Amino acid sequence: MAEPLLALDDLAVHFKVGSALAGGVHTLKAVDGVTLDVKPGECLGLVGESGCGKSTLALAIMGLIPPTRGHIALDGRDLAQRGRLETARTVQMIFQDPYASLNPRQTVRRTLADPLRIHGVTDRAEVEARVVDIMAKVGLRPEHADRYPHEFSGGQRQRIGIARALILKPKLVICDEPVSALDVSIRAQIINLLLELKDELGLAYIMISHDLGVVEHVSDRVAVMYLGRIVEQGGWQEIFENPRHPYTRALIAAIPDPFHRAAVSARAKARGEVPSALDPPPGCHFHPRCPLKADICVSQDPPLEPVAAGHRAACHFRDRIG
Amino acid sequence: MTADSLLRVEDLRIALAGDRTIYNAVEEVSFEIRRGEAFGLVGESGCGKSITALAVMGLLKRPLSLGGGKILLDGEEIQNASAARMRMLRGSRIGMIFQEPMTALNPLSPVGRQIAEMFVLHQNAGWSEAMDRAEEALRQVRVPSPGRRVKDYPHQLSGGMRQRVMIAIALACSPELLIADEPTTALDVTVQAEIIDLMAELCAAKGTAILMISHDLGLVANMCKRVAVMYAGRIVEAQPAEAIFAKPQHPYTQGLVDSLPRLGERSRRGQQRLREIAGVVPSIQAYPAGCRFNPRCPRASDVCLTTAPAITPLPAANSIEALVRCHHHG
Repeated sequence: MAEPLLALDDLAVHFKVGSALAGGVHTLKAVDGVTLDVKPGECLGLVGESGCGKSTLALAIMGLIPPTRGHIALDGRDLAQRGRLETARTVQMIFQDPYASLNPRQTVRRTLADPLRIHGVTDRAEVEARVVDIMAKVGLRPEHADRYPHEFSGGQRQRIGIARALILKPKLVICDEPVSALDVSIRAQIINLLLELKDELGLAYIMISHDLGVVEHVSDRVAVMYLGRIVEQGGWQEIFENPRHPYTRALIAAIPDPFHRAAVSARAKARGEVPSALDPPPGCHFHPRCPLKADICVSQDPPLEPVAAGHRAACHFRDRIG
Repeated sequence: MTADSLLRVEDLRIALAGDRTIYNAVEEVSFEIRRGEAFGLVGESGCGKSITALAVMGLLKRPLSLGGGKILLDGEEIQNASAARMRMLRGSRIGMIFQEPMTALNPLSPVGRQIAEMFVLHQNAGWSEAMDRAEEALRQVRVPSPGRRVKDYPHQLSGGMRQRVMIAIALACSPELLIADEPTTALDVTVQAEIIDLMAELCAAKGTAILMISHDLGLVANMCKRVAVMYAGRIVEAQPAEAIFAKPQHPYTQGLVDSLPRLGERSRRGQQRLREIAGVVPSIQAYPAGCRFNPRCPRASDVCLTTAPAITPLPAANSIEALVRCHHHG
């Protein structure tokens, strides 16, 4: 088995919110005990609803938020031992909103060349060659290098965001909802591009998305998060065809499927909304919404246990589902 | 015009005043919604779907204005109705739900009062009776402990609960038509499923017709009986919901259906490259001549560059009319 490119061991990120004077200080467990790895060249899909901790997890991997507990090992070395620049050369990020994540006062050339200079590529000809090369790779015309972000369409701007993430030749790219801000007719272009680049450059991705269709299409493995914890992880086929956690089943059941208009089985649906992460329910966090809730779910937190090779689920009834 | 027609839009044109020129943001848009029918209007941002809904509600504001055409609600022409008449119709006969419930609700008023206002304004109810009915309305949209919740302000409710309050307001006076503009886009997927079910169920119980507007073809096709697809200000195709996915006739609709990764597709066919729609949506200043989809269309020929295609009726299935606007449809 290949050495993991990224290994998270019992990672937790907690925030203190509130003040001692007004209502007291509370601990928000945004990420709470996540153990996960990503192998070189692999795409890991990360799924969950807003507030489940996906984006906090991404920022922790980028080294932008210090973990409260646990370890992050990147390319075999602890993130805490690595310098910021060294981390930036290994892992990069693509953001959801290409309008907000590009500097409107910088030309494309500057947006792409600055990281190279910061990372010690000083030779002008080499900088220019790498800018031209990456623009061509992401499907931008190199003669547009002196344009500003507002001169591009949404899809092209996301290509600039992808080029910026790849210019330092990282091994891992975190894609945080890379197509959800784009027009529907543009999404396929960007998804195809991301998959081509993955094959061509041997990249590993963490694909964060709430669009299960996209996640199924691009992922090798999938992890499902709920209120700061991973509730199920496994190969894409396992997760989508034989989900063993009621939350995963609820997510899949919630997708409107125009080809199978028959009503989704009511038993698979989740009730209500995600509770506040400030005050998560005891035991299994999902129990207030779960159609399979029993007494044990309120009193005991189910561990993430294997259900098949490479497939784990955190549910007391994981063997009865499916 | 069929006997049970509720809303009929004929040859609607919406003008957008630019610096020197007037653009047609929407043109030649015609559709009909029958009583109790759910009708979907689908398209990408900028295609004109939301302003079409605003025109129906009489809420177009400068630089947008009604450029032409007719809007008939239950046989009454309302495109030139007075502001007072439109205020009367909105709320009592046309209900509305918007994308972001936080901005649509008044942050300074308890939600119960905002619902009760509907009964006071439109049904001459007294405030105490109206508050009782507001509590009942909250119960109908399945807000837990409605007796307590009527006193809550919008910021005390979650996104899904706020959208339930919006539905309670929109349906308070049992309108004949509910206009829902991206009602679940701001919500999580599991909540979206609940809200859609709730809307469909309440509207079916009250006999309310729905004009559902969304960029999500799958969502609309699931909920509506008939779906129209808009592109660059025109309706390019309208079909029964099952047919729009199974047998799309317009190259744009075909592109949309093919380009989205769908659950289960990878198991059936493996990880194939997604079919792309080339190019980008044109801006309103630069709408191409002829068919507006021609720069992106794989079937474009000479006629497409010069002549805007007329509407071609398609064979009706189950007496639901269908049409396509393409020289080379099929």
